[in-house]
Amino acid sequence: MQQPGRAAEIKAIGIGKSFGSFRALDNLTLDIGRGEFLTLLGPSGSGKTTFLMILAGFVQPTEGRLFSDGTDITDRPAEQRAAGMVFQGYALFPHMSVEANIAFPLKVRKKSASEIKKRVGEMIERVGLIGHEKKLPSQLSGGQQQRVALARALVFEPGVLLLDEPFSALDKGLRGQMQAEMKRLHQETGTTFVFVTHDQSEALALSSRVAIFNHGKLLQVGAPDEVYDRPDNRFVAEFLGEINMLPLKGVRPADNGSIGVCEDRAVSMHCKAEKVRGDAILAIRPEHMSIAREAAAGENGIAATAIASTYLGAATKLDLTTRQGARVTVSVPNEVAAAALSKGNSVWLTWPAEKGFLLPEGGQ
Amino acid sequence: MRGVLSDRMGAALLMAPLLLFLVLAYAWPFLGVVKWSFTLPTPGLGQYQALLTDDLVQSVFIRTLRIAAIVTVVSVAAAYAITVVWVRGSPAQRLIAEFCILVPFWISVLTRAFGWVALLSNRGLINTWLQSIGFISEPLTLVRNEFGVVVGMTHFLIPFAVFPLASAMRSLDERVLLAARGLGSSRMRTFWTVFVPMTRSGIIGSALIVFVFSLGFFVTPAILGGGRSVMIAELIYLRIFQSPDWGLGAAISVVLVVFVGALMALLFRYVRPKQLV
Repeated sequence: MQQPGRAAEIKAIGIGKSFGSFRALDNLTLDIGRGEFLTLLGPSGSGKTTFLMILAGFVQPTEGRLFSDGTDITDRPAEQRAAGMVFQGYALFPHMSVEANIAFPLKVRKKSASEIKKRVGEMIERVGLIGHEKKLPSQLSGGQQQRVALARALVFEPGVLLLDEPFSALDKGLRGQMQAEMKRLHQETGTTFVFVTHDQSEALALSSRVAIFNHGKLLQVGAPDEVYDRPDNRFVAEFLGEINMLPLKGVRPADNGSIGVCEDRAVSMHCKAEKVRGDAILAIRPEHMSIAREAAAGENGIAATAIASTYLGAATKLDLTTRQGARVTVSVPNEVAAAALSKGNSVWLTWPAEKGFLLPEGGQ
Repeated sequence: MRGVLSDRMGAALLMAPLLLFLVLAYAWPFLGVVKWSFTLPTPGLGQYQALLTDDLVQSVFIRTLRIAAIVTVVSVAAAYAITVVWVRGSPAQRLIAEFCILVPFWISVLTRAFGWVALLSNRGLINTWLQSIGFISEPLTLVRNEFGVVVGMTHFLIPFAVFPLASAMRSLDERVLLAARGLGSSRMRTFWTVFVPMTRSGIIGSALIVFVFSLGFFVTPAILGGGRSVMIAELIYLRIFQSPDWGLGAAISVVLVVFVGALMALLFRYVRPKQLV
């Protein structure tokens, strides 16, 4: 976080934070790569914001060390870390014009008047605020305030930009626009971005990696497709999107992954049965299951009865019950759903072996 | 709508006794004072002309404005420091600050004035102590002059200056201060460039309240000024009760009330009444 203009590489080792008897963050170890876009995802109270505040230097960890480009910065105060930060609600200086807000970090760094003017001008152009330079924050729309906050946090070329739920106050259309803009700013500046959100689609859409938090623990870190398709546990699987869970018996390793028995039929998975043996849960995303008239021998499939459908426009969401009473949701083309509901309702559900994954039975 | 209307009616009814009292006890008699200023000793604008030419009256007006200005600056500065501790300090600091703010309210203005005399007079605590440690040989003149008046009035007015400041500081968004520090600004710089400007409305409200109060001070300047630092209120008293010149006393009163009224109007343009409590 020290050299301006160069993306920072951050290492958190065994970070913990207690507020009285409340454990906000527990034994967190995480590497944040140079120039990566990392999202901290989790429900409220999961510890993601506490970790962001520790990165910024506003909260002192109870234990653990924090390194930036190899330097221990755990005890360094916030103003000396100088990470760019965008707050929830923007936290603009209400008594300063747009221009003065953006110039603030440069003035603090005692840059020359001509350099401040030049860099503020460039930043205002980059975030599309030309014509608003002299206005006060209260005279701007939410989206414009958001741009000022981004410009102010990036103008001094910090090694890392920290963003605390920056879009939570914006309506849906504007949110999409700002997300695209932020992705562009990330590519243009090459700075390390650490972004906090509780919106999983935002996390999957924006980041190079997603870190999922719950109850103060970091549960899994990985690329969006990795955590979505191969979650380590039930919480991650459910938090990232809708998922079907079927009880699985007799799970054991096989030549090409693992095998088990689901509703009296042998099924195979490409994933390895390392963490689970015997009883487990087979998890499959709704869009990875198909409706078929029957399942061929050796194909993954179970019999089910269609009970309801929800038309979503591009596709239809179909709710089914298996023979043993498990509820399953699939996302299928509209005509397939109509046919499944009309044909005596009895169908087969099939899925490719690489799309099913194993979760430990019970628990999180 | 009906709820709002009846609420307003209820509020008006609740305030009615106070308004009636103010009209009977203040507004009506004051109209009498206005009348005197134009009729005593002879009808006309003579008393107002005298105000413009009388050297004594003018020097008292100027002294009053000067003392009020000094007291305002000192009180607001001191109150600002106390309020920062009261609003943003640790729980123990808050308790101490609250105690310091509230206790003066329980002691009468007269008692406090004599207390300052005991501290500041030639044989008072401060001079005796300074002499005993050999810091000074002759006692310092700390009372029966403008200095004593300023000390006494500032002490009285600091608590009144605290409330508008506290209200401004409490409504401030904490994240803005964090943002400033996150952008590289030291605590000191954040205080001067972000915190103080953001509490501007509180500073204005606080300064106007103290200034307006200072203009009408009577007891404190009469005791601590020792007759040498006469302020307007004391001058009015002297004109009415000692050198019976009711017309001039009345004219000074009218000018003071008009001036204070104008300041109050200014005050309410800058701050909402709610912020003052």
